[in-house]
Amino acid sequence: MNVVELERATLRIGTRTVLADASFAIRAGEFIGVLGPNGAGKTTLMRAILGLLPPSNGAIRVFGHEPQRGDRTIGYLPQVRTVLPDLRVRGLDFIGASLHGERWGLPQLGRHDRHMIEETLDSVGARDLARRPLSDMSGGERQRLLLAQALIGSPKLLLLDEPLISLDARHQEVAIGVVRKVCRERGITVLFSAHELNQLLGTLDRVLYLGNGQAVLGTVEQVITAPVLSRLYGTDIQVVRAEGHIFVMSRGLDVEVSDHQHDDDHGHGGHEHHH
Amino acid sequence: MAATSIITDMFQYEFMNNAFAAAGIAAVVSGVVGYFLVMRGQTFAGHALSHIGFAGATGAGLIGLAPLWGLLGFTLAAGIVMGALSERISNRDIAIGIVLSLALGFGLLFLHYYTSFATQATALLFGNVLAVDRQMIATLAALGAITLLALGAIMRPLIFSTLQPELAEAKGVPLRFVSTAFLAIVALAVSECAQIVGVLLVFTLMVGPPAAAQRVTTGLWSGLLLSAVLALAEAWLGLTLAYYTDWPVSFCIAVLSALGYFAALSAPALRGRRSQAGHANPSA
Repeated sequence: MNVVELERATLRIGTRTVLADASFAIRAGEFIGVLGPNGAGKTTLMRAILGLLPPSNGAIRVFGHEPQRGDRTIGYLPQVRTVLPDLRVRGLDFIGASLHGERWGLPQLGRHDRHMIEETLDSVGARDLARRPLSDMSGGERQRLLLAQALIGSPKLLLLDEPLISLDARHQEVAIGVVRKVCRERGITVLFSAHELNQLLGTLDRVLYLGNGQAVLGTVEQVITAPVLSRLYGTDIQVVRAEGHIFVMSRGLDVEVSDHQHDDDHGHGGHEHHH
Repeated sequence: MAATSIITDMFQYEFMNNAFAAAGIAAVVSGVVGYFLVMRGQTFAGHALSHIGFAGATGAGLIGLAPLWGLLGFTLAAGIVMGALSERISNRDIAIGIVLSLALGFGLLFLHYYTSFATQATALLFGNVLAVDRQMIATLAALGAITLLALGAIMRPLIFSTLQPELAEAKGVPLRFVSTAFLAIVALAVSECAQIVGVLLVFTLMVGPPAAAQRVTTGLWSGLLLSAVLALAEAWLGLTLAYYTDWPVSFCIAVLSALGYFAALSAPALRGRRSQAGHANPSA
């Protein structure tokens, strides 16, 4: 069965068309690397899958039906993470607040909930984070906490929007490893957006490359080629393969690296960026 | 023995009993609501609401209403408008600063036209808890109960959308409604608090105690409880201090609030050292 299916779907934010007439299907259990330049629509696509942005044309189907806001079968790790730097809330309460956060009334954690949180923290190797305040955690620890949160409630589909941002190379590898292990074990379908292809090469099943209003889904060999990427970037792209790494270059510059620099300049503005 | 007689001495007077009751109610409400105000980083919005309330209170005097109702009406309306204009606007310092100055200006204008009311200006700006009567206590208690009940009703989605708005939206929390309802609740709490310490000093009970509590606790309920207890202690100690020194009550509460906050600021350094010693392997 297809977990996510787009049929000639068009996504618009205001007057800007982010994705035009896109069709592809993601199968159950696949690990999909979602790539593309800033502003290509990675976040927008995830918001559409979550039911926060209905397509202006065409259809999106998630587990065979229209996306529904608050779908419990989807785990989500948003890109723009509003974490107030001074927040002295311990990990347990942070996750606890999201557990049934859409219900009215007082927050309360039952023994079952508490157990579930601790178990999930355990599965990503972050049990000690339950007791520690957010303000004392490193970027890597916060990321693990957020990942654990996305996994709670046994989702069947995981949308991870740039989960590697603000992690150093070693922690990026750890994070990818944790996602791969947990998702393979539980048969979870993953959409994992990232700036860099190479770290995901050994993990992903297929690539979903976005750009220029288009989306191309396929294996690395099918998608990461000069003709396809030139179309998506709207400029001449060379693909250089060396020692198991793939470099996507534009006029001699690595586009992923220049994207990164750009990102740092603008403080991760998310999907509202125009290029 | 001397100490007990000193304290019972204070309660011989009805105005002191009333002041303790009123300050107690307002302090608990302020400490609890303020905890979320601090958590959401919206303290400046709370400050602005109290200034807008000043215009409401003096305006109510002009048309012959009790100041509390003018205060309540204006803060409530302003809170709802701020929430409806989205969080982006209510977090914008400059816009808020200009609106609060405008509101104070209007308050001055209303005072100008209703000169006999001018004697009450100080009471509005800096509070006059010693003049509280039984009826006011009943009103404060009723308002306080409504405020806390409303807060309890939206508390879970409020915390969720404060900590992780993007995820909360995806999970189906109506962000706009929650933030608007919260600012309306803040407006109620501000109106209560202003009766005790005045519109200029609502920070002393609504921000000082919760900010201090958040420095020294990490659990939600322990933080809320400590915030309410601190606000209550500062209000009551302030009253006691004022009784024996003859200093203004609001001054005493402001001093205690600042002391509490600065004491809490220095606490994390101590705890940091302790927790580092506790963690044998502080992983990165």
